Amino acid sequence: MLDTSKTQISERREGDVDPRMNSKLREMFGSLPIVTTSLDKVMNWARASSMFPFQFGIACCSIEMMHTVAIKHDMDRFGAGVFRNSPRQADLMIVPGTINAKLAPRVKRLYDQIPEPKFVVSMGSCTISGGPFQEGYCVVKGLETFAPVDIHVPGCPPRPEALLYGVMKMQEKIKRGESSPVTVKPYEIRELQDWDRDEVADFFEDELEPDTLVMNYTHSPELREVSEVEEGVNPTTPAEPTEGD
Amino acid sequence: MSVVTRRHEEIQEKIENELPDAILDIEEHQNAPAIVANPSRVDDVVRVLKENGYNHLSSVSAVEYENRYESVYHLRRITDDREDFDEINVVAHADRDEPAVQTVSNVFKGANWHEREAYDLMGVRYDDHPDMRRILLPETWNGHPLREEYDVDQPQYTTLEAHANPIEERYEVDEDESALDTMFINIGPHHPATHGVLHLKTVLDGEVVVDVEPDIGYLHRCEEYLCERLNYKYQIMPYPDRWDYISAGMINEMSYARCIEELADIDVPEYAQVIRTLAQELSRIASHMLAVGTFALDLYGELNVIFMYAFKDREIVQEILEDLSGQRLMFNYLRLGGVSYDLPEPREEWFEKIRDFTEELPEKMKEYRTLLEGNELLMKRAEGTGILEPEVAKEYGCTGPILRGSGVGYDVREVDPYSYYDELDWDVVTKDGCDNLSRVQVRLGEVEQSARIVEQCVDILEDWDGEQEIQSRVPRSVSPPAGTENYTAVEGAKGELGIHIVSDGTEQPHRLKIRSPCFSNLSAFSELAEGEYLADMIATLGSLDLVFGEVDR
Ligand code: SF4
Repeated sequence: MLDTSKTQISERREGDVDPRMNSKLREMFGSLPIVTTSLDKVMNWARASSMFPFQFGIACCSIEMMHTVAIKHDMDRFGAGVFRNSPRQADLMIVPGTINAKLAPRVKRLYDQIPEPKFVVSMGSCTISGGPFQEGYCVVKGLETFAPVDIHVPGCPPRPEALLYGVMKMQEKIKRGESSPVTVKPYEIRELQDWDRDEVADFFEDELEPDTLVMNYTHSPELREVSEVEEGVNPTTPAEPTEGD
Repeated sequence: MSVVTRRHEEIQEKIENELPDAILDIEEHQNAPAIVANPSRVDDVVRVLKENGYNHLSSVSAVEYENRYESVYHLRRITDDREDFDEINVVAHADRDEPAVQTVSNVFKGANWHEREAYDLMGVRYDDHPDMRRILLPETWNGHPLREEYDVDQPQYTTLEAHANPIEERYEVDEDESALDTMFINIGPHHPATHGVLHLKTVLDGEVVVDVEPDIGYLHRCEEYLCERLNYKYQIMPYPDRWDYISAGMINEMSYARCIEELADIDVPEYAQVIRTLAQELSRIASHMLAVGTFALDLYGELNVIFMYAFKDREIVQEILEDLSGQRLMFNYLRLGGVSYDLPEPREEWFEKIRDFTEELPEKMKEYRTLLEGNELLMKRAEGTGILEPEVAKEYGCTGPILRGSGVGYDVREVDPYSYYDELDWDVVTKDGCDNLSRVQVRLGEVEQSARIVEQCVDILEDWDGEQEIQSRVPRSVSPPAGTENYTAVEGAKGELGIHIVSDGTEQPHRLKIRSPCFSNLSAFSELAEGEYLADMIATLGSLDLVFGEVDR
């Protein structure tokens, strides 16, 4: 089994240089600040001006995403129109739609498969909070519960213009080399053997291998205590847990 | 209440003669009488009904009551003749502790998935069912969420295991004596050709598909659960838009409105009926445009000209609908007893916009046809692939352009008219090819017919001199009498979109079941794809025009 869950998601804070922007060259020229600063600028400019979004349609919002790419709105005008079908070739993930408990581990895996540096634009209220389906028994309350998000585009669905605006904001941020504060709420994906014994239903014990990746789903995340999450076990938890959810 | 016709009485007598003690009782539902069958003989009852012309199992829904579970079957006659159309319901009671009913999947193959869904969400077991597994929720889910006793706050665990690992072992399918040397691949759930989140477990022999099993539920959004917790009058209406989200929102809203208006006895003024019809047909045009565009996308790959043209035309339709309802995609425009706003002002300009579109449409359709049918490559891949015989289609409960592409002219607008369709002049489009091409041609033909309906509606609205009443008087709280239930369907963009509402006398439905056409159409998919080349399977999937908001709900 691919151990993709262990991808480190670095902590990012406003103002700091985003570690995702680091390059090997930067490490090499570390002692020559002038060169690296200009080099960074060039790199960031290049990154922002040719983004390769990942083609991944989930729900209603993906129809508006298709309209954004197609005639009339034509996202290609802003240097972000070449949709890639494989996560390995993409650097921008637009997540357009409702995520449920069955899909969430797959979205996580796709996110993990995108090579760094990667950026996430979440589209629609479903990816912000669960949207109109928030009360549903298997709907995940927002993408941020298991993957970091840079830009949220609200709406149900957002108009194509709104998505364009969101992507352009993303590009601006990349050009400036900054990124948004990330709050990842603790939805955990861990190997079965890492779960507390009593937490996992007996069912799994007999059925699954100890290194199977298991995600938990709770209808009301606020019911869970954040302290339950041990530091370091869940790589998506930022080192400093943010207060409240 | 429904009328018990001669035909119903005859069929009841027939069953009583053939199967003594199979019928326990006769109930009245709003749409048709319901035969309460002995739960262990329900398959025999359904078989007799099928032999006597009720050859279409629309849906199976499980309903929970205080002292029992019920499994309700809605049967219809597939026909293109209004006189011949009829429906009947069958009900089987199951006891509270260990609900179990005899399966009817040996009578109608389409029942297989419906029963799995009832088991998944309501926990009713079907005896002798060939494959009693969960269908929408992950295998590891705990509990049956539509039950009263379900605890939403219990922690659930899902695994990444649902994808079998293709390299771990060789998959072998026994056929005759010689085991084939086969390969297993997962297609989806994020594959671009699956039009959403469908996972196909495919077994290949060389390039030929020997076995394919769709795995759905990646977009299960608890629509039924949510609707059962919302008020009839305003709160449910936004949700239908999100079932079939490819601009077919108006039609979905109509399906809900039709069911509850019949049940709660709400009138709709004629003026609003015309607007509803106009809006629905515009929705249908937009939806079919996307179907044609993405079908071409599947066959040609990257954003090609048919796709772009289709999206250009969709933009025009969406603009018209936006003027009408204020939204591009999720209209929330219909209300119980009418619509929410009158036509946009200035009306002439809006009519002009629609006229411009419909006048240009014949020219455009010619272009689409040239692009599709004049292309040798596309013809080679679409003609004669994905064959669906009419008999098989009926077995699985396929409807809509899929069924009409197999030469059966069943169209709910025609046989069981609603809105204003009865007064208008239009034709049902059928093609006999039974293949991928016919299904696409049916859609192109339907766009033209829809444009005809739109033109007529615009004429009527322009010359309207009566009162422009957009909504009838609807009581402040809508609550149909306790114990009544109704199943009605409308012709959605993908087929028969039915709603089954059971009322308990409150303002919220006791049970709201969505009969989704895509769900049934997809259940026939393995029939269509097995024995084909892998590439043709993708074309077949495209021609089914699936939308996962509706498959998974
Ligand atoms: S935000 Fe609205 S339009 Fe987008 S996926 Fe969710 S329900 Fe659909």
